[in-house]
Amino acid sequence: MSAFLRLLFRNRLAALGAVVLAVIVILVLIIPVLPLQNPDATATANRFQKPFSAGHPLGTDHLGRDLLSRLLHGTRLSLAVGIAAAIIAATIGSAIGIVAGYFGGRTDNVIMRLVDMLMAFPYILLALAIVAALGPGLMNALIAVAAVNVPFFARNIRGITVGLAGREFIDAARLAGMGHTRIILTELLPNVLPVIVIAMSTTVGWMILETAGLSFLGLGSQPPQADLGSMLGEARSAMISHPHTSIVPGIMIFLIVMSINLLGDGVRDALDPRLRSGALSRPRATTLVRRSGDIPAPTDDLLAIRDLQTQFHVGRHIYRAVGGVSLAVRPGECLGVIGESGSGKSVTALSVMGLVASPPGVITGGAVYFRGQDLIGAPYETLRQKRGDSVAYIFQDPLSTLHPLYRIGQQLAEAIRSHHGISRAEAHRRAVQLLKDVRIPNAESRVNDYPHEMSGGMRQRVGIAMALANEPDVIIADEPTTALDVTVQAQILSLLDDLRRERGLAIVFITHDFGVVAQLCDRVAVMYAGRIVEEGPTAAVLDAPAHPYTRRLIACVPELGGGRRELAAIPGLPPMVDALPPGCAFAPRCDKAQDSCRSGEIALTGTAPRAVRCLYPEEAV
Amino acid sequence: MGGYILKRLISAIPVLLGITIIVFLIMSLIPGDPATAILGSYATPENVEKLNRDLGLDKPMVQRYFIWLGNMLTGDFGRSFSLNRPVIDEVLERFNATLILAGTAFVLCSVLGILAGVVSAARQYGFADKAITFVVLIGISVPSFFLGMMMILLFAVNLRWLPVSGMYAIYGGGDLPDLLNHLVMPALALAAVATGVIARLSRSAMLEVLRQDFIRTARAKGVPERRVIMGHALRAAMVSIIPVLGIQAGFVLSGAVYIEIVFQWPGVGRMLVDAILKRDLLLVQGGVVFVAACYVLFNIAVDVAQSLLDPRIKT
Ligand code: SF4
Repeated sequence: MSAFLRLLFRNRLAALGAVVLAVIVILVLIIPVLPLQNPDATATANRFQKPFSAGHPLGTDHLGRDLLSRLLHGTRLSLAVGIAAAIIAATIGSAIGIVAGYFGGRTDNVIMRLVDMLMAFPYILLALAIVAALGPGLMNALIAVAAVNVPFFARNIRGITVGLAGREFIDAARLAGMGHTRIILTELLPNVLPVIVIAMSTTVGWMILETAGLSFLGLGSQPPQADLGSMLGEARSAMISHPHTSIVPGIMIFLIVMSINLLGDGVRDALDPRLRSGALSRPRATTLVRRSGDIPAPTDDLLAIRDLQTQFHVGRHIYRAVGGVSLAVRPGECLGVIGESGSGKSVTALSVMGLVASPPGVITGGAVYFRGQDLIGAPYETLRQKRGDSVAYIFQDPLSTLHPLYRIGQQLAEAIRSHHGISRAEAHRRAVQLLKDVRIPNAESRVNDYPHEMSGGMRQRVGIAMALANEPDVIIADEPTTALDVTVQAQILSLLDDLRRERGLAIVFITHDFGVVAQLCDRVAVMYAGRIVEEGPTAAVLDAPAHPYTRRLIACVPELGGGRRELAAIPGLPPMVDALPPGCAFAPRCDKAQDSCRSGEIALTGTAPRAVRCLYPEEAV
Repeated sequence: MGGYILKRLISAIPVLLGITIIVFLIMSLIPGDPATAILGSYATPENVEKLNRDLGLDKPMVQRYFIWLGNMLTGDFGRSFSLNRPVIDEVLERFNATLILAGTAFVLCSVLGILAGVVSAARQYGFADKAITFVVLIGISVPSFFLGMMMILLFAVNLRWLPVSGMYAIYGGGDLPDLLNHLVMPALALAAVATGVIARLSRSAMLEVLRQDFIRTARAKGVPERRVIMGHALRAAMVSIIPVLGIQAGFVLSGAVYIEIVFQWPGVGRMLVDAILKRDLLLVQGGVVFVAACYVLFNIAVDVAQSLLDPRIKT
């Protein structure tokens, strides 16, 4: 609770709302001891006095009544009526909701049907009908406003109750022979009460406004009694000549509603864990770059990642997801990047085109050269023109990576038209051809499908087709087969292999599966805790792994190419990249670890093309 | 699609019946003798007896409901005693004015709200976002009737840019420019709160969507950022915005009652308030049923729009 309050008040606006509301409520409560004039004492000689006139700090109204006094009394009445309406609505609505949710079945059905029908009305029609039947008056306006809000509570509380009614403690109470009434009162009610209170606190402002509105229309409080709404309503006829009589009650309503809104927003933010973790921030169009230190020199590779460092800045924590990674591919070559989840392999891949979500991602060092041009920190438009055209991505799980509301043909055509000024018809024709290229049967009709209408394997083919759309030089495939079953996986892999041989594509293949690497890749780099721990030609590494981690990874693969596997067989967990131990990151899980492994920087050494980052490698390389 | 619309229309029938039952029940809450309550000070014994016969008050309640329902189905909503004309004629005429006002306000709040929300999300924590958040907070906290009054003071009385009230100028008006001139202020005042609510919702819907994987895909294939935001992200966000538009339409319709009073707009809301104050209950009853029925139909249109947008909805 105190943590909740601290969160609430860290939100400065919510605190402001609380203060304003508290001042208003206190003023209204001490009315009896304030030296106020009689709010109903008319003095027609003194009508329409301006604010700050003698004896009337806020002036007087059309009957010469003191506005300050009327304002405070009116505020008290408005607050009282609004709160009363909220309590009545909450009580009746919650009772209905609990009964519906607890008994379920027909009772629930009938009640909720009725609630739906009440909610089919624009609220004021219902309120007007009730006032029309009962006659204008404050009490009737209160009843109307309460009645109109009953369905809201009924529906919300029913939802909570349905969830609770199926829980064990309710069954236990039933088996213990408790009656329905007792179960509802002693078991259910204490659990739904907090929800009721929160729902009430978020609607009370609304109900104050609604009753004030009805009074404004002349259907609520009747003269001489006045709430804020009827004060405003009465002042309206003199609004043009004496605006202060309207402005005074109007601003008071505004202040009340605004402070309750602010407070309500604060409560909601403090309760919503998603907002608390700050996760609700959108990623920018490119990853943030804040490079310090020297920028490594370019190489003559097609794509060269040089000493790349990517971090996640979350609050005060810094997670070093990628801690100085260098990789390179040449045309027609396939490079495998392998590691457990959290090893930084995907972040490395996404950093190339500035696609790491930012915030929280920041590229803090290194360079990525495409044909000698540094892409890190390149202007957005430069990057955009390269994205998909020079370097294309294939992502895991195409159900979430394809847009659910566009036909796949549109998505393919868009990929092309983002880089080439061709007509829609031409783009569509090419989209069909692309689907044929990735061996999708009935491409002409499939092109009009939505992603949810296709199977997982077909969707992944669409993902590949999209990557091929602009005949890129490099394809970065981020676990493209993980979500698929074994046979489909094999088909996709052989498709990728064919494409690279036919088109001279360079492929960077990110995976956690050595079987896949063996099938497809010329070279492999093994990543652990954000760094490369071993690299070399696939066959050499498979035959004679040098790093203890690589050896264990390979040992986990029962049969090469056998399909889907996890690396969970290695005991221990990869370290958190915000708290890397000094020395070798693998030391806590390594059976060869010595004291010397736990201090200092361990370099990636070896004779090209092999290298290993280990003091006591399995094989000398 | 046609089948889906038909299905939704059929499913609306019980809701429409429910509405008539609820209104009927509420109206039977009238304390004392309804005929006397309806006629009030106009009541003479002959009138009361005639009205009792007209309303069928001598019959049992269930029978009375069906007679009333049957009459409404043939377009007979009864006769307004205060206006001395058929209720349906008056309601249709007034509803037309309300539709112009509320329709304009609805379009305004949808367009402005979504636009503000999108800009706010795309510039999260930037100046535009903060400015919009602030204006939205004010917007949703000002009661529309007070806002309307202040607008009249500023734009009509002080600046003299716009007419104070009414739908047409009394002399020489009546054409479209005249109508628009009179429409600007009430439509804006009516749209204010809903604009704020929609802007808030659109902002959070956009933020939610912008974190999705398919946005990264769009960026990865080189789609220009403007299209990523206004195309991919907004389209996906609309799935959660459209239902709120339907709900907000109800609030706009409700708010129209206040705005029609403040701006002397000859709409159905003002008619209802006048009718309540004059105790013309048949007019209230007819007006409420008619407008509520229109709102139900409007919500079907919203559902249809949603199904057009989202192919995953089974039609
Ligand atoms: S450096 Fe030491 S701890 Fe690390 S892998 Fe090699 S032997 Fe194991």
